[in-house]
Amino acid sequence: MSAVPDRVHMTLRVNGEELPVSFAPYKTLLEVLREDLNLTGTKHGCELGECGACAVLVDGEPLLSCLELAVQCEGREIQTIEGLAKGTELHPLQAAFADVGGSQCGYCTSGMVMTAKALLDSEPAPSRERIREALSGNLCRCTGYQQIWESVEEAARVLRDGKR
Amino acid sequence: MNAPEKPLQKKRFDTIGKPRRRVDGRAKAIGQLRFADDLVLPRMLHCKLLRSPHPHAVIESIDVARAQAHRGVHLVLTGAEFPVPYGIMPVSQDEHALARERVRFVGDPVAAVVAVDEQTATEALELIEVKYRQLPTVASPEEGLANPEPRIHDYGEQGNIHRNQSYEFGDVEEALAKSDHVFEDLFFYEGNTHLPMEQQASLASVEGDGKLLLSSSTQNPHYLHRQLARVLQIPAAHIRVIATPNGGGFGGKCDPGNHEFVVSKAALMLGRPVKICLTREEVFYQHRGRHPVLMKFRTGVTKDGRLTAMHLQTLLDGGAYGSHGPASTFYTGVLTPVTYELPRFKFEACRVFTNKPACGPKRGHGTPQPRFGQEVQLDKIAEKLGLDPAELRLSMVTKPDSLTASWLRVGSTGLADCIRKVVEMSGWKERRRKLGPGRGLGIACSSYMCGAGVSIYWNKMPHSAVQLLLDRSGQVTVYCGATELGQGSDDVLASIIAESLGIDPGFVRCVTGDTGITPIDLGSYSSRVTIMMGNAALQAAGRVRELLAAAAAEQLNTLPDRVVFSQDRVFAAEDPGKTMSFIEAVALAETKFGTIAAVGSYAPPKPPGRYKGAGVGPSPAYSFSACVVETEVDPHTGWVTVPKIWIAHDIGRALNPVLARGQVIGGVYMGLGEALMEEQAFRRLPPKLSSALVHRNPSMLDYKSLTSLDMPEVEVALIEDPDPNCPYGAKEVGQGPLLPVMPALANAIYDAVGVRIDEVPITPDKVLRALEKKEKGEVPRVGPESFPAVPYPAPTFVLPPWEGGDGNETKRNDKTAVV
Repeated sequence: MSAVPDRVHMTLRVNGEELPVSFAPYKTLLEVLREDLNLTGTKHGCELGECGACAVLVDGEPLLSCLELAVQCEGREIQTIEGLAKGTELHPLQAAFADVGGSQCGYCTSGMVMTAKALLDSEPAPSRERIREALSGNLCRCTGYQQIWESVEEAARVLRDGKR
Repeated sequence: MNAPEKPLQKKRFDTIGKPRRRVDGRAKAIGQLRFADDLVLPRMLHCKLLRSPHPHAVIESIDVARAQAHRGVHLVLTGAEFPVPYGIMPVSQDEHALARERVRFVGDPVAAVVAVDEQTATEALELIEVKYRQLPTVASPEEGLANPEPRIHDYGEQGNIHRNQSYEFGDVEEALAKSDHVFEDLFFYEGNTHLPMEQQASLASVEGDGKLLLSSSTQNPHYLHRQLARVLQIPAAHIRVIATPNGGGFGGKCDPGNHEFVVSKAALMLGRPVKICLTREEVFYQHRGRHPVLMKFRTGVTKDGRLTAMHLQTLLDGGAYGSHGPASTFYTGVLTPVTYELPRFKFEACRVFTNKPACGPKRGHGTPQPRFGQEVQLDKIAEKLGLDPAELRLSMVTKPDSLTASWLRVGSTGLADCIRKVVEMSGWKERRRKLGPGRGLGIACSSYMCGAGVSIYWNKMPHSAVQLLLDRSGQVTVYCGATELGQGSDDVLASIIAESLGIDPGFVRCVTGDTGITPIDLGSYSSRVTIMMGNAALQAAGRVRELLAAAAAEQLNTLPDRVVFSQDRVFAAEDPGKTMSFIEAVALAETKFGTIAAVGSYAPPKPPGRYKGAGVGPSPAYSFSACVVETEVDPHTGWVTVPKIWIAHDIGRALNPVLARGQVIGGVYMGLGEALMEEQAFRRLPPKLSSALVHRNPSMLDYKSLTSLDMPEVEVALIEDPDPNCPYGAKEVGQGPLLPVMPALANAIYDAVGVRIDEVPITPDKVLRALEKKEKGEVPRVGPESFPAVPYPAPTFVLPPWEGGDGNETKRNDKTAVV
């Protein structure tokens, strides 16, 4: 066993930026995002793929970053919570989570918002049932989910109507 | 413009009661809020803990030489470095940061490695050689009572009994003998855990001035600060604890954790920052969650459904350490008499040590268990007497400002309104017993305190303090030791200051949970923050307001008590045309008085009870809740579906209705999870695998909790009747709404299919078993069958207020003269 394992070097495409990074090859995408790219907006709750807190979008699809090796992500389009706002203007999902109670402690929020974004990207007007289903892999211990559903519905409305 | 108002009389609010983005909402939504594990410092090292594989064993030797020599390892620590014990309660200082001579549960930390990265530290853990000599284990309180030896701890009442107590308020046996009916029921409430989304994490460092800084996911930075000074044997003034924003707590981050001492010690020894983040499995071992409690209720009633007396016995499975146990033991009974008029009450409770992770405070701390039994038993009473369960409850709610038999002052109560509201919302009268086969409605109520009347360690100082600083730029900075768990305490603080000064909450900068900067608040537990921090904030804001009013009055040509603060401006009450901006008023005040600052503090009123033990249960106010649950039960599988829940919560006043509603729904969610599936359960490995007592499900997949697909819609009513002891009348909402859910569900299942499940969680196998019993003509019930002989002590006897008592203990034979 080597205390300082070999590192790999590659360029990851994160939130539209080409980011060169070197890291130990056993590292997950979650670890590389948080520890090597300082993108700590993505959280971890179990690191076993059980809770959804680490969900990011890879090529537009929600993916549990704790289960994906970072070396497998070269050339793929990675989106994290940090890339969602336009400058200081919040994405409608972010604004809704902040305004209508979708975020209490905030720890599941990044994963929830990214998963909800993937849903709204493909279904602009999802039913409550569809929202519940789409978010069923993301655990939240604070909200009881209801204000999260309401946040997604509010964001969907804003995205469709173009106004708040 | 209204005349100057006292907070409660204020007719129109700028901020209070309006749905608003919480002050920390933006940072959370963009992923910018920094939780403990998000923190990084230059030269930072990483720590991992080695945990015991045995539930009870003597540590014969620990050899760390190979680990120490492993490349990349900077330090290996064992119990030898931690001679001083700690514990959240002064009477239970029974933990060491790393076990010294004995391990007491699977997961007890025995050594720690600090290394360049987590991977290296994990490798080195495997190189530590520990020789254990295994000891007999205690798996349950019953086993603990039957086996006083070997003792898990060498302190406590006797054998493996940690706490044992008995209180009697009026002669209960006499009242039961005179009752038309006496109902005797046994209930069991399985343990469960908080499961916060954020795993505990801590980063310790030595600051430039040589002092220790610990940034940690903790609910109680003040208590942690005290314990660090004790364990590390350095002055508290040389330690600064910052409570980072918590990713949920629910009580699980109240106790100081082993890891917090370990990284602090390591940072001091190495002079480098040391971080730890517990794995999810380790969070299950840290636990401090809901105590499993076996309960026996003997309750007397008259034939028209008035309670005459109750004898409650509880037996708590404490796990391996004291934790909050002395308080938890009290809480399995002290709040029982708050909801309904109960002339006499006897309460016996016993907490037993077992070789499992320590139990402690979880949302509702000790109260959900007896409330479950009490409210299910009430349902049985209503059924037997042919009364509507909602009407029965409504007919006997405690009166405002009344005393209970145990000398708790009830204060304001909206329980009757809560019951009426859920009856109306759920269509109780029209729909109950008309939903068709397999479907039912159940009702239950509860109450919870708004902050414990007494601190965890004995003192007469304030429970919460706030410092407020203003300057000519219009900045308003408020400092308070209160801790944000996600419940919204920063938003409460900002909204109270903002409303009091008539400014937008966006003007207010909150600096909280930092023992190096903020005045002391005891912590985020016992639903105390809104009331205690809020009252301290009101006092500080009132003092600042006086200065601003005095300065502004001169300019506005009015009297100071005619100055009104609203909409970021200051007005003369008699003429809104006479006005200036808030910023101008601050500048005038700074000119007149110098720097504008004020402090405020709060301590709860002295409780009416004066007997020894009367300190647990009193609160400045109590919240009340009523809940109706609808169920559908599949008779073939026992599967329970919950289509909808209605809940009314007496909150006094909702400061920010978005957050208040979120707390209510979140409480209902957690209660429903406890009712249906959550359990911290253990099993024995087979003898060839050491017979260890291991956690059955230490992962988020196996520890079942409700997902977005399982959660029903919750309809919430906030009952707002401002409480005079509370800031702007606001009572607690963080814990109370959880409490009525479990019994309401059990009662709904009975309503649906006629079976009683007298224990939680109510899993499909239990429902199916009860249905099979019903089919066979047996008693259609699943629940505990017996209560062991517990050697409860002779009770402390106290006469209830209406029997001539004075709140003190009396000799039992004195009472006959009075009755």
